[in-house]
Amino acid sequence: MLHNAENFASHFFVLGNPMIYGADVSILLVIFGIVFVLTYYKKWGWLWREWLTTVDHKKIGIMYLIAALLMLFRGGVDAILMRTQLIMPNMSFLKAQHYNEIFTTHGTIMILFMAMPFIFAMMNIVVPLQIGARDVAFPYLNAISFWLFFFAAMLLNISFVIGGSPDAGWTSYPPLAGITFDKGPGENFYLLALQITGIGSMATGINFFVTIMKMRAPGMTLMRMPLFTWSVLAASIIIIFAFPVLTVALTLLLLDRLAGAHFFTIFDGGNPMMYVNLFWMWGHPEVYIVVLPAFGIFSEVVATFSRKRTFGYASMVASMIAIAVISFFTWVHHFFTMGAGPGVNSFFAVATMIIAIPTGVKVFNWLFTMYQGRIKMHLPMLWAIAFIPNFAIGGATGVMLSVAPADYQYHNSYFLIAHFHQVLIGGTVFGMLAGMYYWWPKMFGIILNERLGRWAFWFFNIGFYVCFLPQYWLGWMGMTRRMYTYSTGMGWSLWNFISTIGAYMMGIGFVFIVIEVGYSILYGERDLTGDPWDGRTLEWSLPSPAPHYNFARIPEIAGRDAWWTIKEARRKGDPVVESKPFKPIHMPNDSGRPFVLSVLFFVFGFSMVFTWYPLAFVAFLGILISLILRSFEYHTDHTLSVEEIRHTEEAYGRV
Amino acid sequence: MTSIEHHLEEHSGRSNGLDSTGMDEKHTPWNHIIGFSISLVLTVLALWMVLHHIIHAAVLFGAIMALAILQAFVQLYFFMHITEHHVPQWPFHVWMLTLGVTFTILFVVASIWIMSFGAESY
Repeated sequence: MLHNAENFASHFFVLGNPMIYGADVSILLVIFGIVFVLTYYKKWGWLWREWLTTVDHKKIGIMYLIAALLMLFRGGVDAILMRTQLIMPNMSFLKAQHYNEIFTTHGTIMILFMAMPFIFAMMNIVVPLQIGARDVAFPYLNAISFWLFFFAAMLLNISFVIGGSPDAGWTSYPPLAGITFDKGPGENFYLLALQITGIGSMATGINFFVTIMKMRAPGMTLMRMPLFTWSVLAASIIIIFAFPVLTVALTLLLLDRLAGAHFFTIFDGGNPMMYVNLFWMWGHPEVYIVVLPAFGIFSEVVATFSRKRTFGYASMVASMIAIAVISFFTWVHHFFTMGAGPGVNSFFAVATMIIAIPTGVKVFNWLFTMYQGRIKMHLPMLWAIAFIPNFAIGGATGVMLSVAPADYQYHNSYFLIAHFHQVLIGGTVFGMLAGMYYWWPKMFGIILNERLGRWAFWFFNIGFYVCFLPQYWLGWMGMTRRMYTYSTGMGWSLWNFISTIGAYMMGIGFVFIVIEVGYSILYGERDLTGDPWDGRTLEWSLPSPAPHYNFARIPEIAGRDAWWTIKEARRKGDPVVESKPFKPIHMPNDSGRPFVLSVLFFVFGFSMVFTWYPLAFVAFLGILISLILRSFEYHTDHTLSVEEIRHTEEAYGRV
Repeated sequence: MTSIEHHLEEHSGRSNGLDSTGMDEKHTPWNHIIGFSISLVLTVLALWMVLHHIIHAAVLFGAIMALAILQAFVQLYFFMHITEHHVPQWPFHVWMLTLGVTFTILFVVASIWIMSFGAESY
């Protein structure tokens, strides 16, 4: 009996590695710390009422933001560990298996549990405010999306200490990820966590598509929408069409692993390359899902801080829609080396090159927006300007990679690693940080400290180039991705050393951001106007942070840059019609069910990972019951009375 | 009532500002129940046909493909409001359907093209 328990524990928990024990201890300490603080300050009720059950898009956005920053930390620690292992030849800091697990979780977390929630954070916080809506189209579904993402992230992260992490790369290619070569539960964690967060992403895509199409304030035609909202619309379209393909690919691989199917095995009629084909059908559009909202943020930031209209608004919109559509025609460039033949490779190479054209149009539009503008170098603008050279290099190396014959040289080398970090960090991360700085006052009523922010910016930005430019060289010298060590005499030592130093600098940059946030919460400048940057779009017409119903009166939109138009009218002394009476506001009720439903999904996923089918069945039953109960729930909304609205608005001094 | 319905109502000036938990919402959603049943039947049918090899492969491919297309129409008709007309300003559902059909055909046709690699040399 005791022996059985020991045997179970030694497979269930990850044992024998001091770093993992350290992680165990720190996880327990953090959990105890959180429980202690919540109990000591009697905050459990507050946590449940204000956050866990909320359907308010602004609060859900803030939770997405916190989760994204935590995951940026986790993925960043993975990166630091990898770079430390590679700092010198023949290092034995990490063992091969541990290194495999770390690069797998690094990639998976950074794309699906950092970049995705970060864009969802920005979408949630900003889009309803920009289009003059009081919430998203389906607030309850929005809460489900968040909690599914959150518990999927927990499911993937727990694999570190329980069961062992996935180790077949973030792309999880079979046959390596198949049951023949990867018996542990790690890959199951990957498949189920992605599947669960995928449901959330899909729902978010539909939610925002409908929100933007149906909930705009009167007068806001499509061509009057702010460019960030346009970028979210384009990203939502890609989500809606791309995510089902991922669902199919992951389901089939899961069937291979758990049910003995042969979709992607080498023998018995399977074809592993079919997984690769399906994965990138989602995977390539995915990179545009995470970068288009960043483009949208740059458009907002550049226009605001240059005090000019965006140059070439219509061409900006057209390029985003073009990118969204063409992004579905390029996926084979991730596996040119499969050797599909000149016809296939040429088609997808040309499609890949074509997508650089609308992207180039956007870069020129940002430059022309800045041209002759009165540029103010605040933190969001700093990140936006730093993005441009970064993305230019990343784009150029991308076009190099798209040349199919040349790709046989670059494929899976450090050249590729440098390229996609340059576009994903230089594009998405810089964009999200710009957005975070830009909208932080709107979220919290606090302006983040400029001085500490500049330290963070310079450390991160210089560190970025120091880290990734040498990796282009390493790629040319033949260093391939995912190798956990290398020998002396390859000529790689110096460049790897420099690259690691750059990674440490980026780490210091992140620490500065953390310090900056902490300092600003305590001592930061408060935003009392609601419009600290002299903004152009509607969210700046509201107090910071915005009241939970957003707009006391739904505004009438008279032109592009709606808030700027209103301010212009006021400057000219036009009488402002604000005397319309308040009307009762219809708001959705909070609900604890999205949280409970997602906990059940977590239990379902966890028991499927270890193939504990009875428990999985119980959890699945629970999921079904939750859905059925919701279907028979009729009191899903309430109405705010005119007195309540007047009271709140008076507190803001806005009656 | 979802917030979107309320939003549309508010804009069209029909809002009475009252809490809407009216009886009209408590009817049975027959469309959804029928659609759900049909889609389950179509899925199980496809699985059953393959598991029992009821007919040789080439015909089976065609049969599954036909079921898939039928399934798509079931989804569009019973769940995705394809028969509704009140389009506000821009026929975006036509655009989305066009995109959907384009991508679906692309995924199938291009996958066959890509995955039959090397076949031209035989």
